[in-house]
Amino acid sequence: MKKNGVKMIKISSKNVDVFYGKKQALFNINLDIEENQVTALIGPSGCGKSTFLRCLNRMNDVIDICRVKGQIIINDFDINDKSCDVVRLREKIGMVFQKPNPFPKTIYENISYGPTIHGMAQSKNEMDEIVETSLKKAALWEEVQDRLHEPGTGLSGGQQQRLCIARAISVKPEVILMDEPCSALDPIATAQIEELIDELKKDHTIIIVTHSMAQAARVSQNTGFFHLGELIEHGSTDKIFKNPENKKTQDYITGRFG
Amino acid sequence: MNLILFTFIVLLGFTSYYFGRKKAYTIQYTKKRLTALPQFYGYYLAIWCAIPAFIIFSLWAIFEPTIVKLLILSDYSNQGYLDNELNLIYEKIKSLSRGQFTGEITPFIEASAKKYINLRSIAQSSKVVIVLSAIIASGAYAYKRISSNSRTREPVEKFLKAVLFTASLAAILTTVGIIFSLIFQTIDFFKVIPLFDFVFGTHWYPAKAFVRDSSEALDPSMYSDTFGAVPIFAGTFFIAFIAMCVAIPIGLMSGIYLAEYASIKVRQYAKPLIEILAGIPTVVYGFFAALTVGPFLKEIGNSMGLDVSAESALAAGGVMGIMIIPFISSLSDDVITSVPQSLRDGSYAMGATKSETIKKVIFPAALPGIVGSILLGVSRAIGETMIVVMASGLAANLTLNPLESTSTITAQIVVILIGDQAFGDPKTQAAFALGMSLFLVTLCLNIVALRVVKKYREKYE
Repeated sequence: MKKNGVKMIKISSKNVDVFYGKKQALFNINLDIEENQVTALIGPSGCGKSTFLRCLNRMNDVIDICRVKGQIIINDFDINDKSCDVVRLREKIGMVFQKPNPFPKTIYENISYGPTIHGMAQSKNEMDEIVETSLKKAALWEEVQDRLHEPGTGLSGGQQQRLCIARAISVKPEVILMDEPCSALDPIATAQIEELIDELKKDHTIIIVTHSMAQAARVSQNTGFFHLGELIEHGSTDKIFKNPENKKTQDYITGRFG
Repeated sequence: MNLILFTFIVLLGFTSYYFGRKKAYTIQYTKKRLTALPQFYGYYLAIWCAIPAFIIFSLWAIFEPTIVKLLILSDYSNQGYLDNELNLIYEKIKSLSRGQFTGEITPFIEASAKKYINLRSIAQSSKVVIVLSAIIASGAYAYKRISSNSRTREPVEKFLKAVLFTASLAAILTTVGIIFSLIFQTIDFFKVIPLFDFVFGTHWYPAKAFVRDSSEALDPSMYSDTFGAVPIFAGTFFIAFIAMCVAIPIGLMSGIYLAEYASIKVRQYAKPLIEILAGIPTVVYGFFAALTVGPFLKEIGNSMGLDVSAESALAAGGVMGIMIIPFISSLSDDVITSVPQSLRDGSYAMGATKSETIKKVIFPAALPGIVGSILLGVSRAIGETMIVVMASGLAANLTLNPLESTSTITAQIVVILIGDQAFGDPKTQAAFALGMSLFLVTLCLNIVALRVVKKYREKYE
């Protein structure tokens, strides 16, 4: 999105290195993410795109041997700084995973989980409203409104993934990270999620990791190409797909390797 | 002789394996494609050689003594002996035939002994002949079959399946056998002592039954107010309750720590250390409870002006709880670790802290397994014997004061069955009745545990 013709940068990573034990997984990543746009991260398996995504909400903290260096600036604030409150950060930056992972609870409880943790609803009515709007935004309300108190694990794969998206947006995050959200879904469910992503970018900045070049081309405005832990090239999706500067990008996009 | 024959069958089985395999190679050599790997031919031949012979051998061993006995005693059948007199005569004949009998011998018995020796030797030689011919017949049949390169893989697989089935059948039949041995004695017990008195009686004093002279006729009325099981059932559940009060919180919390908080290194050392507790024999816990914890509690109680028995339910239950900690901690650690990482990630990504994630996501997901581990702990607490015998005394007081001594089902079974037994006596049968009720209680617990686990198992996935 441009304001007065200037691109608004939501997230800016500067010289980010990531290590798993002694092995370096990411090398000096400098990438700016535009606000209210969809940014796709593509590249062959093991190239570090998921690792980079997990840096953005500090999910790498969960892994004992993982160390992150460099700055990741969100809203003028370095999230790798000691003073960063991870709980608040993850409230602002939601995440959707590769495999749908609804909690073994009811559909309602799955959505109310985040708002309860962050104390966002003062009454049952407020919570009902949050659940309803989240499900509506995730285009799931029509299908589940009569069975809110049935287990979320009883839904189909595509519905489960939309439930996870609803869960992520229930706390009104500014950014949503998606780690191959459609890789476990059939083409119809994938199309629904892609449509949803397009809808969500009005209110959220979205970063999506995907293996499908076609998907990246369909849903994103910007694309970054990773290879062997390095960010080879990034720019507008149009440019990356039609007129890449780097030979490796060209080869990957045309399917010559990876 | 039997041992030689047995060894021979086993050795023959092994050799025939190599013969069968060799045969397979010859078939292969003549450019025919085998229907299975060569070793299947070996197994096939070995099974056919050894198994029929082995079955005949075992059947013979089972039936030979009975048949010989029938043949010998048929000479005595019309002389008006009673059954146990006949048995005595047969024992005489047997020991005479071994040359070990030193008493008076009638010529008739001496003749029988000769007949016995004769019969046995005929039986031996015919056994060898029959077993050997069985080996030859079935071996030849199998060899002919593998020569024609017919199927060997399926029969071998079927045989393995049958062996495994027999093994599990043995375990099940043992259980059934134990239950039956309990049932008949229990029924006999309840013929003398009314079920109502046993289940609702509040006075357990089996020592009263010791006094009876076994030559006197049995008078049920003398046992009234002797076998009332309420105090010992109450004691059992009370001590188990105290034990679980110790074991559940400590076990669960250490399980959660090990699974969620401990670093790999700490876990590596802490888990085996906790499991050492499970390896300590219960008798050691018993004297720990009786000689250390019991007196210690008594001293503390006395200094606070409380009257604490040296053998208190608290000491026994507390130590029993310590014994159960590793079961609960180790099992719940396993269950918690098996909750998929994706659920943790999902919760952390929502901004939940570690303790919130454990409380709201992991614990509910792992609940069936945790309940299962707790019920398993309860079963152990109810079945535990040594600690109670040593630390909580044998007097069956009906009390809910943890500072007094009380007794449990298992401890009472020990009391009743230590020393010389008179079988068919209500005192001894009481042990069977107690064992039966203990079995029923733990059975119910296990069924409930399985149900709970099954009901919630598929919740995540």
